[in-house]
Amino acid sequence: MQTRREILRHSAAVAGLLAATGLFPRHAFAYTKAAFEAHTLAEVMKALGSNAPAESKDVSLTAPDIAENGAVVPFALSTTLPNVKSMLILVEKNPSILVAKFDVSDAIEANFSTRAKMGQSSDVYAVAITADGKAYFAKKEVKVTLGGCGG
Amino acid sequence: MADPMRIRAQASGSSAVVRVLMSHEMESGQRKDAAGKTIPAWHITDVTATHNGKTVMTAEWGPAVSKNPFLQFTIKGAKAGDKIGISWKDNKGDSRTDEAVVS
Repeated sequence: MQTRREILRHSAAVAGLLAATGLFPRHAFAYTKAAFEAHTLAEVMKALGSNAPAESKDVSLTAPDIAENGAVVPFALSTTLPNVKSMLILVEKNPSILVAKFDVSDAIEANFSTRAKMGQSSDVYAVAITADGKAYFAKKEVKVTLGGCGG
Repeated sequence: MADPMRIRAQASGSSAVVRVLMSHEMESGQRKDAAGKTIPAWHITDVTATHNGKTVMTAEWGPAVSKNPFLQFTIKGAKAGDKIGISWKDNKGDSRTDEAVVS
């Protein structure tokens, strides 16, 4: 008879094999998986190949002070910096910190709005990454009265 | 196939503001069902926007984007009559593309 530990070990091995053969559906996408699984700002920046971000007045983040419903928190992020390659939204205390990554091209303004889930009150970061790999951020604390991750 | 997106693109001055409302469950992978089993994550991973057929924006999303996601961005140099296309792809391989005309 197999013990619980053995079963767990076997399923981990199978998962590893599946991942290695690219059978996991997620691996089929050109998806920056490591960045979306990171838990700290530093890990995200490393996964995206960028430096540690510096706080900047040229990046702006609009978010409510208090979000009544953590399942839909509106965010607006924009920057006036030149040569911005991508912009990120991060919620520090979510299970995975990275919410969304937008790739900026010459044809659009570095200005996005979207809505995100927040598990609990947390600092929210807007990060702008320039073409030369430098990163700048703005942050704001958002208080959540009802968490949006369910459970 | 998922429900169609609602796309509104409005020209203002030399650019156009595009607002998109997608219809997607965006399951976070954190919730548990009544039997205590974790509901697997199901969310949009890639979003692409085109302006007259040319890709102008791509985005990658995690499960923390809200259910029925809203997205707003601004396309420079877009004018009334231009075609805006939005497509998304989720982690189950489903996808959807919709088009709108700038007004």
